[in-house]
Amino acid sequence: MNKWTNTGQEPEPLPSSVPGPTATDLGEPQAEVEETLKRIQSHKGVIGTVVVNAEGIPIRTTLDNSTTVQYAGLLHQLTMKAKSTVRDIDPQNDLTFLRIRSKKHEIMVAPDKEYLLIVIQNPCE
Amino acid sequence: MEPVNMESMGHPEIYPLVLTTKTQEIFNCRIDEDVTDEQPYKLINKVDIFEDLRNRAAVSDFHPVKKIVQEYPGNELLLVYDKDFKYGLNFYLIGTEEGKENYLNPPEVPEEQEEYKEHIPEDVYVYKPPVSKPWVSLGSEKEIEEESVMESTKQITYMISQKRSEFGAPVKFSDQNASSVKDAYIECTAYPDKNFTLKQLEKDVSMQVIPQIKDTSTQTEWTYPKNATTQYYPREFSEEEKETLKQSKPLVDFLNNASISVEIALQQNEIMNTFIDDWKYLAEEEGTFGDKTDTHLKEYQSFTDLHSPTEKMITCVSWHPTIYGLIAVSVAVRLSFEDRVYFSGKLLLQPSLILFWSFSDPIHPQLMLESPDDIFCFKFCPSDPNIIAGGCINGQIVLWDITAHADRIENIKAGDSRSKKATLKPMFLLEPESNTEAMYIRHCAVSSIESGHKKVITDIHWLSDTFEINRMGSVFENRSGICCQLVTCSADCTICFWDIRPQKPLTPQTTEKKKEESIEIPFDVPSTFLHLDLSWKPLSKIRLSKGETSLDYCPTRISLNEDHLLYKTEDKTLTQSKIVKTGEMNPYHNLESGMANLLKPIDDFCTKFFVGTEDGEVIYTDWKMKKDSETGRLMPKKPVSIHTIHDGTVHTVQRSPFYNDIILTVGGWNMAIWKEGVMTGPLLQSCCAPKMYTSGHWSLTRPGVFYIGREDGYIDIWDLLEKTHEPAQSQNICITMITYIKPWIFSAKQQFIAIADYYGTLRILEIPWTLSRPSTNEMTSVNHYFEREVKHLEYVEQRKNIREQEKKEMELEMEKKKI
Repeated sequence: MNKWTNTGQEPEPLPSSVPGPTATDLGEPQAEVEETLKRIQSHKGVIGTVVVNAEGIPIRTTLDNSTTVQYAGLLHQLTMKAKSTVRDIDPQNDLTFLRIRSKKHEIMVAPDKEYLLIVIQNPCE
Repeated sequence: MEPVNMESMGHPEIYPLVLTTKTQEIFNCRIDEDVTDEQPYKLINKVDIFEDLRNRAAVSDFHPVKKIVQEYPGNELLLVYDKDFKYGLNFYLIGTEEGKENYLNPPEVPEEQEEYKEHIPEDVYVYKPPVSKPWVSLGSEKEIEEESVMESTKQITYMISQKRSEFGAPVKFSDQNASSVKDAYIECTAYPDKNFTLKQLEKDVSMQVIPQIKDTSTQTEWTYPKNATTQYYPREFSEEEKETLKQSKPLVDFLNNASISVEIALQQNEIMNTFIDDWKYLAEEEGTFGDKTDTHLKEYQSFTDLHSPTEKMITCVSWHPTIYGLIAVSVAVRLSFEDRVYFSGKLLLQPSLILFWSFSDPIHPQLMLESPDDIFCFKFCPSDPNIIAGGCINGQIVLWDITAHADRIENIKAGDSRSKKATLKPMFLLEPESNTEAMYIRHCAVSSIESGHKKVITDIHWLSDTFEINRMGSVFENRSGICCQLVTCSADCTICFWDIRPQKPLTPQTTEKKKEESIEIPFDVPSTFLHLDLSWKPLSKIRLSKGETSLDYCPTRISLNEDHLLYKTEDKTLTQSKIVKTGEMNPYHNLESGMANLLKPIDDFCTKFFVGTEDGEVIYTDWKMKKDSETGRLMPKKPVSIHTIHDGTVHTVQRSPFYNDIILTVGGWNMAIWKEGVMTGPLLQSCCAPKMYTSGHWSLTRPGVFYIGREDGYIDIWDLLEKTHEPAQSQNICITMITYIKPWIFSAKQQFIAIADYYGTLRILEIPWTLSRPSTNEMTSVNHYFEREVKHLEYVEQRKNIREQEKKEMELEMEKKKI
């Protein structure tokens, strides 16, 4: 009849290779989100960043509302189309990245099952 | 010898004879005795003929017909006298009884015919019934014989008999195969008879063309269409939903994965632009207009007012925003302050003017705007070029509304409207041919003398129509959509903001006062700004004080954040579209309509601006007022930075048309370029020039070029990409001080620069191709240059700090050593 009682002692933390606690270790996923987006936004020439969910509704954005909504809607449809195109040709293939180069800037779309990351960059100086 | 008969003539019974006279005597048929016309025949006995034949044998005339006579059945032969030799001989013999009968008793027919012929002239027809005659065979019985059917063979008769007992016996039938017994049947098989097969060689067929028809059918499930959803606005997440989503793990994972590839892509773009067409970028812009080596400004036209009695100088120049070739200058008398006071009586008689010059007429100005005193600065309203605001030497703001004359100046080339003669024109200068005379236009409104500026207004600007400010200096969205606010700075050390819309009167007294002092306005002055006339108060006043001392900064030029929009060429179309079109309701005539809208504040608006002062300082200050805690009054904020760079009056503070935060200041003997936000000092400061700089302006098309006018009439053209320590070019324009420079773009190929001088002459020069056309990447190169300068300044600051520290350390060491 062994009873397991809680001694109230926490097990010793394993020595981790990661130096020091970071925001991710602290369990704040939203800070991590912010950090990633900030890092992307700080790249040279980046005009805006938009995170869109699977239905085309923007979640996070650095642009103004009307532009965001427009980009989200249009690029969501385009990504769906591109994805279906790739899969029609080869069902085992899948879309990993979509880059649209225009005269003024370049739109990059990273698709996922549930989300879409849209980055607009002005490559020319 | 065969008797010859007249068978050939159809009378086989007639045998022609020749009877000699001897024979005639014998038979008593002598011609004209026995046989006459009435009785041309004679019946001769056969016996007599035989006797004659016997008597004379061959000599007898009847010898040829001997045989006929012998065969003649009757007794008497008929001999006819052929008087007419019808049958060839004088007599003929009828060889048959029938013939004889016929002759003697000719048938009725010839007689009838003869009778009928006889009776024709008498025209009476007598009917004679037919007389039966004997049937004459004409061969028809032969045809009947042929056609009639007659038995060719004799009929055969068969007699068949049978035993009597076999009659009526019962019959027994049995089946028998027809083919088994030989000859049991006779058949007539059908066979293709070639005689009856016809090959059809022609066929008549008709055809008709119809469109192609295709009939298909399918089975579907029919449902009537109906709207499932209607969307009016995009779907969005609320803030809470966004927050919850942010914390979801899938999003975090997704971002981590996606950002990797995104960053790779971003870096690729940063490293190199793979889509550049290298060939295209190698070559400079082609299609240069004109000589590439020509870098001088070419004189195009010059305007001088010949009609003014006193010597005038040009204080301000402005191109008309929309009309090609129209430029306005404000002139002022060239007198010092003492002289002005001395001649004030004389000066009152002469109207101070703003002249409108047109390229088409260098002698007569098109319009002359009258003002109460000399104008030192003026501006066209950006949203309506018919509204002009000017700053007077006495501290008043003057407004003109030339909408009524707009069509006059628009069709300048036509120019044939007559108007009142200007009373000030000296008679000897009038040309009798000229029929275009300038119109004097009185000002619409002036600001209040007591509450406005006390000294000369040195600069005036229209605030952009995208925002408006209130008494506190807070920025709001523009309610009216037009430029309705002005900012002025004056030598009395204040900067005032004005609103041209009717203010709600604070106290009812003022309206009563207005009614008492109602001044009669001349009929030709538009009433656009009637509400402002003489009672116009500024919205807010900012005093540039130097702090504790009573001396204040005396602003000469200001530059706001939004000014560059008016110069930018790309936005020219925008500003033009905003300009009020004639025919529509001019919002300036209905200024109150915009006041009813609510004020909507604009966030993040930069309310700071640059000020250049009379003493050569460049001040960067804020126009937002703050409430002083002690006195409760609205106090202007302290300036952010003050730099004393120039040695003389700063007369140009101008933002670059290409960069919103680059400002050019020109004053004294040098010029400086500043970047807004960099507080340590100017990016570039030129060294002292040999001659004083009196005016300056950025180039409108080339980011690194600006023009500076000198006091000796030279214009210095600076090109930042070429040289930064001295001007790239220097050109002599006139002999006296240049007071104002204003370039203007008319088209891609035509750019003009207006240069005004101290003696009142306005010169229009054409900017050559090299100075107007930016080279490729010029903007980026100039941008790079400014960035380098910023970094340089930062470095200098850092070095300063380091030096300070080093100095401190050295001092400490010195101190230590002492001890």
